Amino acid sequence: MLNIIWPVFIIISFIYAILNGRASEVNNSVFESTKSAVELSISLLGTICLWNGIMQIASKTSIVKHLSKILNPIMKKLFPDIKKEEKVHEEITMNIIANIMGLGNAATPLGLKAMKSMQKKNNDKNKLSNSMAIFIVLNTASIQLIPTTVIAIRSSLGSTNPTAMIVPVWIATICAAIAAVLSAKLLMKKF
Amino acid sequence: MTAINYLSNLAIPFTILLILTYGLVEKNKVFDTFLDGAKEGIEIVVKIFPTLIGLFVAIGALRCSGILDFVIKLICPIINFLKIPTEIMPLAILRPISGSASIAIGSDIMTQYGVDSKIGLIASTIMGSTETTLYTIAVYTSVVGVKKIRFVLAAALIGDLVGMVSSVIIWNFMS
Repeated sequence: MLNIIWPVFIIISFIYAILNGRASEVNNSVFESTKSAVELSISLLGTICLWNGIMQIASKTSIVKHLSKILNPIMKKLFPDIKKEEKVHEEITMNIIANIMGLGNAATPLGLKAMKSMQKKNNDKNKLSNSMAIFIVLNTASIQLIPTTVIAIRSSLGSTNPTAMIVPVWIATICAAIAAVLSAKLLMKKF
Repeated sequence: MTAINYLSNLAIPFTILLILTYGLVEKNKVFDTFLDGAKEGIEIVVKIFPTLIGLFVAIGALRCSGILDFVIKLICPIINFLKIPTEIMPLAILRPISGSASIAIGSDIMTQYGVDSKIGLIASTIMGSTETTLYTIAVYTSVVGVKKIRFVLAAALIGDLVGMVSSVIIWNFMS
């Protein structure tokens, strides 16, 4: 994707700038931009290392397994085809909880495992089953408790309150997830 | 408003507290584990660094050439309808497509309009509440080799749109 977007952005901007007599602005911006990328990466380094360390501890404990039990009541509504006793039930709940906690490293392997387990029971191997579709939609909604990267960016840009958007993020992300799942459930009947 | 701020400030200390207590109770070597994870953090940043350099240059050029303002003016009538501030549009369009591009454009918006301004806060909320939808769908479908993804893309994009619109509504309401 970026193999097309990236050169197109640069080519169009440079041509537009030259035609509009803004060549010197664009020339300066090239060097300004590399500088801001370096500055951002350096400040990202601190927050991301700290958080990755904390999350490594979380992934060594059974916290995800314990928390995944809270999902049991909504699992039946989301995945009516999957019974609580099945192994895939646990893979799905653990994937969702790992995502919520921001444990990307743990969430993806669990999620891929869940996809493979669901594919085994899928009748048409070329087409996503209802459960698989809902599961992917949930993963694209990214309900996340602590949006680490954004906090790191905000603090690197000198925000007086880098964590100010945490609760707004929770509200927005839950609205997004509900909208995504509801539209999936509606579209499921037709497509 | 103050309650929301208080909760926001509590989220990180509470999470760290919970995880460390869990680690201690389950008798993990907490600090060694922490170091392993932190080391991995360096790799993550090093890995995205070249991407960020490339994308920052592209987005800086887009803004300085004046073409970004031109495009924003062009699509203005459509987005006024959705009540999304035009300044946010570049982020809204790139967010589902590329994670690193949205880091670049998001921090560009925050620098341009102020990180603690309403625009900056909306941009932060959009970045935190949505996911790189296209990438996620690609990873999860390719692992099982499924070609027909049915309604998944549509539903996921509806979710993204609702996430973005709610981010705007929340900050309109809070300020």
